[in-house]
Amino acid sequence: MIARLIEGVPRRALALLGVLLAALVAAPLVAGDYLLTVLILILYFAYIGQAWNIMMGFAGQLSLGHALYVGLGAYTAASLNVHFGIGPWLGLLVSVPVAALAGAFIGFLAFRFRVAGVYFAILTIAVAEFARVGFDHLSWTSGSSGLFLPVAQFTHDDLWHLRGHPVMFYYILLTATVLAFLFCRALLQSRIGYFWRAIREDEEAARSTGIDVFHYKMIAVVISAAMTSFAGVIYAFYYNNLFPEQVFHISRSIEIILGPIVGGIGTLFGPILGAVVLTGLAETLTAALAAAGIDLPGAKQVFYGICLLLVITTLPDGVWPWVCKRIGLAERNK
Amino acid sequence: MPAELYLNVAVGGVLTGLVYGLMALGLSVIFGVVRVVNFAHGEMMTIAMYIAVTLFTAFHLDPLVMLVPIAAVMFAFGYVLQTRLINPFITRPEYSQFLLLVAVAIIIVNLLLIAFGPDAQNVQTSYAYDSFQIGPLIIDATKLYAGLAAIVVAAALFGFFQYTRLGTAIRACADNYTGALVVGLDVKHLYALTFGLGAACVGAAGCMLLLIFDVTPAVGPAYTLLAFVIVITGGLGSMPGALIGGVLIGLTEAMAGLLFTPSAKSMFAFGILVLVLLFRPQGIMGKKTS
Amino acid sequence: MSALLSVSGVSKRFRGLVAVDRISFEVPESGIFAVIGPNGAGKTTLFNMIAGVFPADTGTITFAGERIDGLPPDRICRRGIGRTFQIVRPFPALSVEDNVIVGALLHRKRVNAARVYAHEVLRRLDLYDKRGQRASSLTLPDRKRLEVARALASDPKLLLLDEVMAGLRPTEMDRIVAILRELNRETGLTILLIEHVMRAVMALASRILVLHHGAAIAEGLPEQVMRDRAVIDSYLGVEAV
Repeated sequence: MIARLIEGVPRRALALLGVLLAALVAAPLVAGDYLLTVLILILYFAYIGQAWNIMMGFAGQLSLGHALYVGLGAYTAASLNVHFGIGPWLGLLVSVPVAALAGAFIGFLAFRFRVAGVYFAILTIAVAEFARVGFDHLSWTSGSSGLFLPVAQFTHDDLWHLRGHPVMFYYILLTATVLAFLFCRALLQSRIGYFWRAIREDEEAARSTGIDVFHYKMIAVVISAAMTSFAGVIYAFYYNNLFPEQVFHISRSIEIILGPIVGGIGTLFGPILGAVVLTGLAETLTAALAAAGIDLPGAKQVFYGICLLLVITTLPDGVWPWVCKRIGLAERNK
Repeated sequence: MPAELYLNVAVGGVLTGLVYGLMALGLSVIFGVVRVVNFAHGEMMTIAMYIAVTLFTAFHLDPLVMLVPIAAVMFAFGYVLQTRLINPFITRPEYSQFLLLVAVAIIIVNLLLIAFGPDAQNVQTSYAYDSFQIGPLIIDATKLYAGLAAIVVAAALFGFFQYTRLGTAIRACADNYTGALVVGLDVKHLYALTFGLGAACVGAAGCMLLLIFDVTPAVGPAYTLLAFVIVITGGLGSMPGALIGGVLIGLTEAMAGLLFTPSAKSMFAFGILVLVLLFRPQGIMGKKTS
Repeated sequence: MSALLSVSGVSKRFRGLVAVDRISFEVPESGIFAVIGPNGAGKTTLFNMIAGVFPADTGTITFAGERIDGLPPDRICRRGIGRTFQIVRPFPALSVEDNVIVGALLHRKRVNAARVYAHEVLRRLDLYDKRGQRASSLTLPDRKRLEVARALASDPKLLLLDEVMAGLRPTEMDRIVAILRELNRETGLTILLIEHVMRAVMALASRILVLHHGAAIAEGLPEQVMRDRAVIDSYLGVEAV
């Protein structure tokens, strides 16, 4: 199976990947606390970006409400923990189906009724907003005043309860990102991957070659939603507090899509590169501003907006395909 | 609750809805002609609102009085935006255009945040607390003036498209792009004009809304979404549909705010959006597209 | 030879315009059947009904003994009918090879098996050498052959070709005609084609149906149909005979 995953990948690319992976594994040993949090953020967005990319880059469905799945995953696991003392990994067993169901619901509504393109994007926004306002009024999750996880003093890393030093979260997210990457690669090379790409290119033509478009679009949405909810669980136990205003807000959904778009929709490495570039630069900007004593709330978002603008206008396929051409890596399976 | 209360709230909702309708009208016009989904619509309106607030705070100029100059400024903004940024995207895939405007929206909201801060700002005109009484009806002066202004501007816009040469030329572009080119219309210019008009609409609507609501940078995205709900409900590309949709949403919002908690009222707007997308995606007045 | 496809009393109206008016015909297994007629005669509408793009208003369509009218396009393809489009629609960003693999994956679960079969099909359609190229970079004749390859890869029993010869130079056209005849001879593939290019029709068809204003005005062996008065008057013109 490993052989299949690396077939067609040029040796140079494999070598580079190996070096990168080694660097990432070793990073916490040399990185300071602040840099570690930035790296965690990068991995978080790299992971979710890949999950989102399955829906958009592979199956061609633009979701601008992905924060919904993060929020559902986060709130499910967190409230199970707060109310019943259930650990996060067990909570995940509930979070994932909940998010998958939400995805299936949206997918069913959209695809059965032929809601596509921009309309689909607006539908996803609407559902996320609905959740935002809804959770504000949901007393079981403490509504708008926020759900807080008990932060006990920890003397050691508790993997089972996800209590511990940020380094633990770093390695969890690193593992998740790597696994997601391999999973996406496997998907793309599989029968489903071919069908998704056909659907993305031309739905009607795909139908005429026998592809059950509704079925495969639903699979994309459900997988994407399920994967995203894992990030939500991590989010909940990392930050230890959840507010509907923040978790479900459309800004979160937009942050999620920035990485893949800047990096390259539909490519395997795009979301990761995008997360690195955007989050890395954004945090650098914030740090620089702080160092200069300037406090500009919103500066980071303006930066994101400008990046998105530049990429859309000059490099619409994303940075990764451009980088590939420059360093001579012809990505065959993208 | 007494029946008069329902009636008052309903009338207030209808009047507010007329302003919403004007805002949505701008979006509908832009989509109907230029075929671009303007995801920065509400954010553009926020710019206008902040201009009005600044002028009021500095010079005590009533937003309704400043309506025309502000609309003119927004027209210019829209025109330039279209020619410089959006025009090359006409031929690009839909999601590309969409994301371009998402980027513009993000930039606008956060520049406003940096410039004006997150706190709510509003204008207190001399008639801010006045009301008119017609029988059992009590109508807020602000809402009445805003609603009337909306009708006037909308009527002017209808008149422009129906009776002027320029308006007819724009409608020709919308109907048949190639035909318009063949006949010698400067389509690029007309597109920019239309975008400018849409922006002017939204600028005018902003001035009116300022009489009723506060402004913060965050309302931009909220109004964009509201405009979409209205336009999709009323029918994308239909001018009367935008107004009808606006009134419908204004009314629903007001009644929902009264019957349930005010903070949950946007849920109803989204509920309506989902229902429309599912069961009548072309909207109330829209034509079924293939 | 039994009828593989049986169309009976099929009609379609579009808001007052009768596009197809009670058409009935049968396509025998391993036959090559052509539908000709002036533009607007209802040929593509008929095709689209068979292919499941939209349902017929009246009548039935039977394929391999089972009713298929009203089924969606993907179900119809899975029953064994492949089609091409009048305006070619390959998957633009996918390679030639990947385009055909998509077709081959319909009845094959493993991508490797699909790729092997796709290569076979590509060789038959003379596209093997271009298998790595992006579909969007191909010339029109190549894209047409690609669409045929993609349709063939899904192992259809009946192939629907919608004006596949349009825009091709005579040499290109002869190439496709030769490939189609070979396929029909060697594999027994049944072909139903819409065509304007009479040269191709005469070279391929064992039976012809002529449509005009949605109605059938002649049906039969090529030699008969070509001499039919109504056909000459409405479509062919005297010089064609």
